[in-house]
Amino acid sequence: MFDRIWRMIVKEFRQLRRDKYARFWLTVPPILQMLIYGYAATFEVNHLQIAVIDFDHSQESRDLLSRFAFTGRFDVAETLPNEQALKSLIGRSDIPMALEIEPGFAELLRKGQTAHLQVIVDGTNSNTALIAVGYINQIADQFAQDYAGNRLNQMMPAIAASVPQISLEQRPWYNPDLNSQWFFVPGVIGSITLMMVVNLTAFAIVREREIGTLEQVMVTPIRPFELILGKTIPFFLVGLADVVLVAVVGTLWFQVPFRGNPLVLLLGVVLFLLSTLGVGLLISTLSSTQQQAFASGFFFLNPAFTLSGFAFPITSMPKAMQMITYLDPLRYFLVILRGTFLKGVGLGVLWPQMVALALLTSILLLISVARFRKSID
Amino acid sequence: MNLRRTAAMSRKEFIQIRRDPRSLIIALFLPLIQILLLGYGARLDANHIPVYVLDQEGSQDSQALLKAFQASSYFDVVKVAKNYRALVKAIDADQCKLGIVIPWDFSKRLDDAGRTSVQAIVDGTDDNSAQLAEGYAQAVVETYASNMQLDWFGRYGLSQQAISPLSVDYRTWFNEDLESKNFIIPGTVALVMALMGALLSSLTIAREWERGTMEQLIATPVTAMEIMVGKLIPYLVIGLIDAVLCAVFAVGWFAVPFRGGLGAFFLATTLFLIVILGIGYMISVATKNQLGASQYALLVTLLPTTMLSGFAFPIDQMPAPIRAITYVVYSRYYVSALKRIFLSSAGISDLVPELVAMTIYAVVIGFFATRAFRKSLQ
Repeated sequence: MFDRIWRMIVKEFRQLRRDKYARFWLTVPPILQMLIYGYAATFEVNHLQIAVIDFDHSQESRDLLSRFAFTGRFDVAETLPNEQALKSLIGRSDIPMALEIEPGFAELLRKGQTAHLQVIVDGTNSNTALIAVGYINQIADQFAQDYAGNRLNQMMPAIAASVPQISLEQRPWYNPDLNSQWFFVPGVIGSITLMMVVNLTAFAIVREREIGTLEQVMVTPIRPFELILGKTIPFFLVGLADVVLVAVVGTLWFQVPFRGNPLVLLLGVVLFLLSTLGVGLLISTLSSTQQQAFASGFFFLNPAFTLSGFAFPITSMPKAMQMITYLDPLRYFLVILRGTFLKGVGLGVLWPQMVALALLTSILLLISVARFRKSID
Repeated sequence: MNLRRTAAMSRKEFIQIRRDPRSLIIALFLPLIQILLLGYGARLDANHIPVYVLDQEGSQDSQALLKAFQASSYFDVVKVAKNYRALVKAIDADQCKLGIVIPWDFSKRLDDAGRTSVQAIVDGTDDNSAQLAEGYAQAVVETYASNMQLDWFGRYGLSQQAISPLSVDYRTWFNEDLESKNFIIPGTVALVMALMGALLSSLTIAREWERGTMEQLIATPVTAMEIMVGKLIPYLVIGLIDAVLCAVFAVGWFAVPFRGGLGAFFLATTLFLIVILGIGYMISVATKNQLGASQYALLVTLLPTTMLSGFAFPIDQMPAPIRAITYVVYSRYYVSALKRIFLSSAGISDLVPELVAMTIYAVVIGFFATRAFRKSLQ
C-alpha cells in the first residue's frame, strides 16, 4: 500500500517538475504578491493632503495651522484664498479635508470666548476620515490646553499650576508603533496560501478527470483511498513549501517580529493546509467541468478572504455574520498567525483555534473524501 | 468588421447560454449572494469594542470614570478584571481589545498634585482598530476631565470658555455619518463585477479550444475581431444585469445613497465590463487551457481588486512604487467612479479622468486580444 502511494507521489512530482507553468506559478506570483500587498495593505494615515483657508491671519491662527503640518500626519497641500476656492475643492479626492479659520478667531480667544476651527471632511473614505478626525481633535485639544494654560498663568498665576488634569497613557501592546505592516503581513501569508492551494487542488483534479487520465490511474490496482492520499500529499507538500517561502520572504523583508514558538505555528500551518486541501477536494467533487470548479472556487474564496478578519474586524460584523465566519478556515489561521508572530502566545491561548480548525478540517476532509471516493467508484 | 456576422456570432453564444440554464442561474445569483455577504462582512466601524477594566483604587472618582466608559456606545465593558495578570491574559486571548487600568494612587495624585493619569492598554495587533479605540478612549477621558475642571473653575468664578477656548466644528460631506458601509459597498459592487466578468469571459473561449469547436469557428468566414465582439456581447448584457442587481441591492437593502447619474453608472459599468471581459478573453486565448486561464484570472482579479483599487486601502497612503502599480489596476478607475457616483452625485462630466482611463484600457486590451487570437491561429 505504501509502495503504491509512494509511486503515485513520485509520479505527481515528476509531472510537476516537467510543468514549466506550474513551476512558475508556485514561486514567482506568491513572492511578488507578498511584496506588493505587504506595502499596499495599510489603513495608516500619514501626510494626508489638506487645504487650509485662514481668514484671520493672526499669530494664533498661524500657530494652530502650523501644528497640523508639524505632526507629519497632515501636509498642507494648498492654501486657499477664499470660500469660492473651497467649494471647488469639494469632491476632489486628492485633498479630502480642509481647515477653515474664520475672521475674528484671535479676537475671540483673547476675549476669553470660544473660537471655532471649521473642518470640512470628505467622508467618502470613512475610515481615513475617522482616523484623521482623531488626530485633529488631539491637535486642537493640545492647542486649547496650551492657550488656556498661558492665559490662566497671566490672570491667576497662583492657581494655574493646580488645575486638575487627567491624562490617558496609551500603551499599545504587541505593536507599539501601530505599524500596519505588522498586522497585514501575517494576513497576506495566510490569504495567498488559501487562494493558491484551493485553486490548485480543485483544478488539478477536475482537469485530470476531464482529460481522462484519472480513469487511467483508476484501472491500475491502486485503491481509492490510496489514490486520494497519493493525490493530496504532493499538494500538501507544495503548499507547505510555499507557506515557508512566503513567510520567510515576508518576515525578513518587512521585518515583522516572530515572537512565538515555530512549532505552534507549524501545527497551525499543517491544520490549515489540510483544511484548504479539503476545500479544494470538495470543489473538485462538486464540479464536473473546470468552468464549474472555477465558479465554485471564486464563490468560496472571495467571502473566505473578505470575512476572515484579514482587514475587516470580525467584531464589527453583525452577530449573524460572525456566526458564518466560524466556517472560514482562514479566520482561525489568521488568529494563529498573528498570535505566534506578534503576541508570542502558545497553545495555552491558541488551543480553541487549533481545536476548531482541526474539527473543521476533519469535517471537510470526511465529506470531500467520501464524495471523491463515490465519484471515482 | 461585418455586423451581420458579428450578430450571428452573438446569437450563437446567446443560444449556448440559454441551453445551459444552470450557468445562467449562477451568473445571476452569485453576485447577489456575494454582495450580501460582503455588504455585511466588510465593515470597519469600531463599535462595542470589548473592554476589561481594572480599578486598583476603587474610589468614588475611579468608579465615576469607569462609568463614563460604560456609558459610551463605543465600548462594551465586558468584565472587571481582578488583577493585572487577568487583564494581560484577556488581551493575549483576544477577549478584549482595550484594558483600562486605574492606578491605586489615581485620586491621591489628583488631590496632591492636581495631575493624574489612567492607562489604556490596547491590543495593537490590528493597528487600525487600535487607533480608533485609542481615539474613543481619549475622548471619554477628556470629557470626564473637562467636566471636572468645569467644577473646579466654577469655584474661582471662571467660565467654561476659559478651559476650552477652541471648539472644532466638523462639516462632513458625502458620507455624513462616516459609516464604513457607504465607503465599502460601492467598491464591493466593483469587486463582484470584476469576479463575474473574469469568470464569464475567460471560460467562453477556453471552452471552445478544449472542445475543439474553435477550429470549426475558424473554418467559417468570421474574422478574429468578429469572434471576439460577437462572443463578448452576450456576456456584456449579463454583466450589466448583474451590475444593476448589485446596485439595487446596495441601495435597497443596505441603504447606501445613490446620488449620481444613472448615465454615468451605466457608462462606467459598460466600460469596465469591456475591459474586464477583454482581459479574460485575452487570458483564455493566450493560455488556451482552462487551468492556466483560471490561475491568471484569479491573479489579476481578486487580490488586485481588493488590495490595490482603493476598495478599502487608501491609494494615497501607499508608497510611490506601489501607487504607480495601481494605475495599471483597471479596477481602481471603476472603484473610484462608483464611490463618487453613489456618494457624491457625480455625473459623466465629473468622471472624465476615470472614464478616459477605462476607454484607453478597453482599446488597448481589445487590440492585444485580437492580435493574440490571430497569432494563436497560426
